[in-house]
Amino acid sequence: MIYKLLFTCLLIATGSIHAKGTYQQPDAFIAEAFTQQPKPQVIWIKDDLRHQIEQILQHKYKARRIRYWQQKKRSVWILEEIGKKKPITVGVIIDANKISHLKVLVFRETRGWEVRYPFFTKQFNQLSLEADHTLSESIDGISGATLSVRALDKMARIALLLNNYIQQQAHTI
Amino acid sequence: MTLCKTLTGALVAAALTSTSSFAADLNDLQKQIDELKVENSQILANLENTSSSAHSSNTTTIGGYGELHYNNLSSDITSADKKSIDFHRFVLFFGHEFNNDIRFYSEFELEHSIAGESKNGEVELEQAYIEFDTSDSSNIKAGIFLIPVGQINETHEPPAFYGVERNPVEKNIIPATWWEAGAMYSANTSSGISYDLAIHSGLSNNEGKIRDARQKVSKAPADSLAYTARIKYTGITGLELAGTIQYQSDFSQGTGTTGDAEDGTLLEAHAVYTTGGLKLSALYASWDINFEGGTTTGKDTQNGSIIEASYKFNSKWGIFARQNNWTNDDGATDKAQTDIGVNYWPHESVVLKADYQAQNDEADDFDGINLGVGYQF
Repeated sequence: MIYKLLFTCLLIATGSIHAKGTYQQPDAFIAEAFTQQPKPQVIWIKDDLRHQIEQILQHKYKARRIRYWQQKKRSVWILEEIGKKKPITVGVIIDANKISHLKVLVFRETRGWEVRYPFFTKQFNQLSLEADHTLSESIDGISGATLSVRALDKMARIALLLNNYIQQQAHTI
Repeated sequence: MTLCKTLTGALVAAALTSTSSFAADLNDLQKQIDELKVENSQILANLENTSSSAHSSNTTTIGGYGELHYNNLSSDITSADKKSIDFHRFVLFFGHEFNNDIRFYSEFELEHSIAGESKNGEVELEQAYIEFDTSDSSNIKAGIFLIPVGQINETHEPPAFYGVERNPVEKNIIPATWWEAGAMYSANTSSGISYDLAIHSGLSNNEGKIRDARQKVSKAPADSLAYTARIKYTGITGLELAGTIQYQSDFSQGTGTTGDAEDGTLLEAHAVYTTGGLKLSALYASWDINFEGGTTTGKDTQNGSIIEASYKFNSKWGIFARQNNWTNDDGATDKAQTDIGVNYWPHESVVLKADYQAQNDEADDFDGINLGVGYQF
């Protein structure tokens, strides 16, 4: 009986093969974040800013610049970081220096799938960045998904760091 | 008159040629500007899209982990010492993505530094499977894969767990690390429930010795297959509840006679709760094995349990305590081991470990310290 059940499940599964991995296109995420979408702007990643990003990542950062979208106190960031083997792409919306929404847009890891669901990502809502570049509250992890959790934590911190940077630049000007 | 017409014609022709040439030059310039614009946008896109890791744009990936152990243990029971230094595991991962839905993954391991005749080590292929995505949240693996059971069988990179050596319960009861060949269907849901169903090669040991029964997919007799199902709940952050049931249809792989192990069932359940730096976990695993005509060896019932508490003070330091109890002979010898220790992570992917272990007499009373260094990438 148990054999039949297993085989039936396998057969049902093989009957519905289609693509996976992309849960929302970045363009759609950006469009949803604004009533009227602003033009993209860029930050060149140089000197101290690069050093701070690499401190958060704990490895080299290869991008030379990052594109973002901003309207008043709201900014939107599309970031990418490796979990265990493959890059995870997240969209982060920041309002008044706090995360208002974090969503996994592309996830291709074979483990750690939990991080793409709202029951995990809702932990990031309303978090801000501390002076030591940690989040204002710790994120509860998931057993067996340590690297995916860590990747999302880093991307949330980098989005907040970059948001703080553009706010400071605006005040300087 | 004729000369005048000729001159006028020549001037007009020259002017037309000049205008035409100028227009051609303009066209060329515009074309070059367009090409430069495309190149520039591509360069800028590359500057933005360059991932934080060098691996992201590659379809072939590599990774790995390793751990060096130093054991300084002594036993009053056996009057023996275990003082050794050992590069216990050197592991390389190779993966390749054929397209968005089909990928290959493998784990190649050298144990104890050197392998060969009369050597301590082994070269092992612990994973080598093709994974087919079947939907947004499900896939099928075909090949050699890790059995979905316990806490460390699938996730055992050194920075991910406390203690120099892996716990003796999952080693001797489950038995981790445990891989088989076959097919496995895995699915997950937005509520945090996931499940795995697998049909795979079975264990083989007529005496019912669990750890010795692993065939490691090496010209393994496949007269009698095994079936595994796991359900896991991770829908509340910090909480994991999981249970596995496995049926082995024949431990003797068709060679059994009176007194030999026949079919058997493994039940395993564990719970993990993490909040802040505190992590609490408990695991129970039990085998119920039938023997042809019965047995007096006690191998028909083998089980064990683990209770562990750990606290991570910050990203660098963590401490733990673990109690392990197990029996491989229906309680004739109730083995126990207590571990306490510390992990230090100088980098999130590198760990230094130290622990003290104390065993009871049934487990041979090996007490002492273990030191280790581990990494993953």
